[in-house]
Amino acid sequence: MAAIYSLYVINKSGGLIFYKDYGSAGRMDTNDSLRMASLWHSMHAISQQLSPISGCSGIELLQADTFDLHCFQSLTGTKFFVVCDPGTQHMEGLLKHIYELYTDYVLKNPFYEMEMPIRCELFDIKLSQAIQKDSVALLSR
Amino acid sequence: MQFFGSSEISPSPPAPTASGNNAHMMYVFNRNGVCLLYREWNRPLRTLDAQQDQKLMFGLLFSLKSLTAKMDPTTAEKGNLGVPQLPGQGCSFHSFRTNTYKLSFMETPSGIKLILVTHPRTGDLREPLKYIYNLYVEYVAKNPLYTPGTPIKCELFNTSLDQYVRSIA
Repeated sequence: MAAIYSLYVINKSGGLIFYKDYGSAGRMDTNDSLRMASLWHSMHAISQQLSPISGCSGIELLQADTFDLHCFQSLTGTKFFVVCDPGTQHMEGLLKHIYELYTDYVLKNPFYEMEMPIRCELFDIKLSQAIQKDSVALLSR
Repeated sequence: MQFFGSSEISPSPPAPTASGNNAHMMYVFNRNGVCLLYREWNRPLRTLDAQQDQKLMFGLLFSLKSLTAKMDPTTAEKGNLGVPQLPGQGCSFHSFRTNTYKLSFMETPSGIKLILVTHPRTGDLREPLKYIYNLYVEYVAKNPLYTPGTPIKCELFNTSLDQYVRSIA
């Protein structure tokens, strides 16, 4: 019973800087996850061009047949998106929380180089705690 | 134009879910990517000319479909990213939402794609799209003067579409 299937973080130029899988069937290999990330980056940009009203900031929620994809874009262009079960609630909150963790444990890490893949132990730990807490909260609901 | 007596459109239209003018535009594509119909009700912003806009829309849907087919977390056998799939094959999507609009999408087994762009807070439009497909079958596909693959110029379809869309969004 996985509520959240995977989490991606893409930098402002569409490169995948973080990917974590939480038990989706048929794991994606590294090349595929990189392709997915840059494909999503482009789709996000095209959706802004097709908007009938000005001020569009890209896709926030994609509802597929077997999953929902929630996307959050920070002001600097970094995109966070989670793949979860259809109809999972409170994903915006989780994404904001993940963004907070990113600013605290990645951006404030003096050894982290901007726009490069994230390799920060503390971020990993805090992230798995947040996801776990979220799935526990989901189970109790 | 109804040539076959008083054939009723089935199923009956779903109950209205909203009243007002929240629909922005509607696209109908066939399986080759030809835009059969483009209808616009409320579109203040145009960034591209009509043809480029339609091409971009078809491209977006095509790529999003290959993305969802590859991302599908419930099946292990998904094939490679970007391999063309037949309608109904692989995991597709039925809507996406941005802060300014919601796009609802339906693909029929024959590859007709119906796209309705509405206000972001519109509810689930899967049933209404099925009804619009029924309108298409009744007024376009059954019209003997209509050549498949050409733009739809059927007044009865347009008026009933306008009327129906106004009742749902």
